[in-house]
Amino acid sequence: MTELTLLPDDVEQDLRASVRKALEKHSPTERLNAIYDGTDEVSGPLWSAFVELGLPGLLVPESLGGAGATAVEAAAVLEEVGRAAAPSPYLTSSVVATTALVALGDTTILPLLASGEQTAALLVRPTALRHGPAALTTVGLPADVLLLPEGNALYAVRGATTTPISSLDMTRPLGEVDLAGSERTLVSDDAAAAIDRALLTGAGLLAAEQVGLARWSLETTIEYLQERRQFGRVVGGFQALKHRLADLYAAVEQADAAARYAAATLAADDPDAPVAVAVAASFCSEAAVHAAEEAVQLHGGLGMTWEHPAHLHLKRAKADQLLLGTPESHRQALAGLVDLPA
Amino acid sequence: MTDADDLRERVDALLAEHPPETTERLDFLRARFDAGLAWVHFPEGLGGLGLARGLQAAVDEQLVAAGAPDNNPGRIGIGLGMAAPTILMFGTEEQQQRYLRPLWCGEEVWCQLFSEPGAGSDLAGLATRAVLDPSTGSGHRDDTWIVNGQKVWTSSAHIADRAILVARTDPDQPKHAGLSYFLVDMHDPGVEVRPLRQITGEAEFNEVFLTDVRIPDSNRVGDVGAGWQVANGTLMNERVAIGGGAFPRESGMIGKVAETWRTRPELRTPGTHERLLGLWVESEVARLTGTRLRQKLAAGTPGPEGSAMKLTFARLNQELSALEVELLGDDGLRYGDWAMTRPEIVDFTGKDAGYRYLRSKGNSIEGGTSEILRNVVSERILGLPSEHRVDKDIPWKDLPR
Repeated sequence: MTELTLLPDDVEQDLRASVRKALEKHSPTERLNAIYDGTDEVSGPLWSAFVELGLPGLLVPESLGGAGATAVEAAAVLEEVGRAAAPSPYLTSSVVATTALVALGDTTILPLLASGEQTAALLVRPTALRHGPAALTTVGLPADVLLLPEGNALYAVRGATTTPISSLDMTRPLGEVDLAGSERTLVSDDAAAAIDRALLTGAGLLAAEQVGLARWSLETTIEYLQERRQFGRVVGGFQALKHRLADLYAAVEQADAAARYAAATLAADDPDAPVAVAVAASFCSEAAVHAAEEAVQLHGGLGMTWEHPAHLHLKRAKADQLLLGTPESHRQALAGLVDLPA
Repeated sequence: MTDADDLRERVDALLAEHPPETTERLDFLRARFDAGLAWVHFPEGLGGLGLARGLQAAVDEQLVAAGAPDNNPGRIGIGLGMAAPTILMFGTEEQQQRYLRPLWCGEEVWCQLFSEPGAGSDLAGLATRAVLDPSTGSGHRDDTWIVNGQKVWTSSAHIADRAILVARTDPDQPKHAGLSYFLVDMHDPGVEVRPLRQITGEAEFNEVFLTDVRIPDSNRVGDVGAGWQVANGTLMNERVAIGGGAFPRESGMIGKVAETWRTRPELRTPGTHERLLGLWVESEVARLTGTRLRQKLAAGTPGPEGSAMKLTFARLNQELSALEVELLGDDGLRYGDWAMTRPEIVDFTGKDAGYRYLRSKGNSIEGGTSEILRNVVSERILGLPSEHRVDKDIPWKDLPR
């Protein structure tokens, strides 16, 4: 078996650069606070920019108007999204819902998702790790199409009412869904495996977003500690802080390797993907929370303010930690996968 | 034809000309070296073919599959991991021709004479002196250096034929500037090796006393006064050798604990299960980080990234071996043997859980303490300010000791 490469190629680098440019233009951190105060002027223009770059269709086959790209490219997008803590339905619509529909051979909804005309969301509990009952409190809303699991079947629902919920991380909307008066069409009566695949892909690529969150926290903190002076010197020269950052750097590099391996196994449809995703989901979600917490602490009082963006990344990281399986649930899943039973 | 195809043909040719089943081990190893298949990233004529480092693994696999003997890398790790890259990077052509072949073939075992009782983390403060013998003239390559001093923590010294040595050649210079780097004959009558017993009971390390050891100037590596730069090249390689590389899943300490977990179900508790799974994840992530680092290095040379790998490796070995002792319960109290032995090969994952627990304590000390490595990472990778150093610009001889 040839070894999967864990290094970016030129295509990925170019993609990453254009995504970062779009995020810097449309989702600067100083505009994100307003979302917490009820005004979102970011996600609309940002989504248009993503559509222009063809990002929503990355995982959609070319025959349906997509790019037929792989999880590796989608991971690069999500790492940049995480770095910016940007509000975007990319994970929920362009990765999770799209993966489920691709796995089911859908040809009617996917073209709309690929073109960015519509977004979709899978109605599962936010913390779901596996196919299970539908949940009416879910992330990724508002979406034009809701994918509703019922037993082994999956329905496409339109015209449902969603009520936004005030949530820990307002950069990823959470909502309550009311199906009264909605219309549903059957997508498949045998969708359990496709939903599992979608959730696996979602958890594996969420790890890339978490790497982006962690890397932003590390880099922003280093920058600050090189400027901030106390006791007549730059505080980044104090060994107590240097050593914490050295450990954090090691953790971020490791998270990066884990997320890349998860994306590479998903892209290659490698049988090791479930193990790779469980490892990445467990490690990267904790690394992101740790990095965001370190950023708050090492910025001192500034890190506690509404004005400094560290709180945006902390909230996103903490919410991401629960999303698509908590670290503990991923480790429990791993116990079965690698023969380490309780 | 790709490099990989070409290599496969070269290995086939080597095996055809020197069938392992009828060829003496040493003859085979020498033939492999001469065919450029020892370390393909080395230059032609020095055991390599000037190819990417990453191509070596396939060569090794093909030779193992054919039943070819290896060079017992565990016994000559310091030669392979530290002396060889240093000689390649900084040595003269004469030194490369003389030393690399017997080093790789295991005919000459190497050890490293760096640390001293008074110079551990502050290696550049070392006191072993090298003075030009006034009777041999000066300024010529046939001059001789006379070395006096004491080195410590020298693994393999008791079986070594050669050593890499850093010694002070100019005490009037600040500490980093007055060092030079030498290749030493461990059979010189002035070299005395004494075992250094450690907390595991055995003595894998030694103290080495150097009394009027004579070293021809032709065995100096790099310029007089450039010893620190050369030594740093060696240490970067050491950290990669300890922390980097590609290994299969569950190799190393996690494999030991996982095996105990699988074979002793009666020991399992919910608390140890959660700890085991957490450490399994971390071990797998560290392995992937090593894989990625190796892919990065395939074309390049080791940088400070190896230091971050080693930090993780040390911590995981310690946490895993500690978990295993606790997991074993009553059996965790047993300790195989406190006898003072002098092993030729050290296996961090060898012997029993108690040994592994104690030996792993050295992982955060040897080859750069974890504290020093955090300085290396934060200063050289992250660009944070250097530690305040009061001794950097003062002549070494004037430093308080």
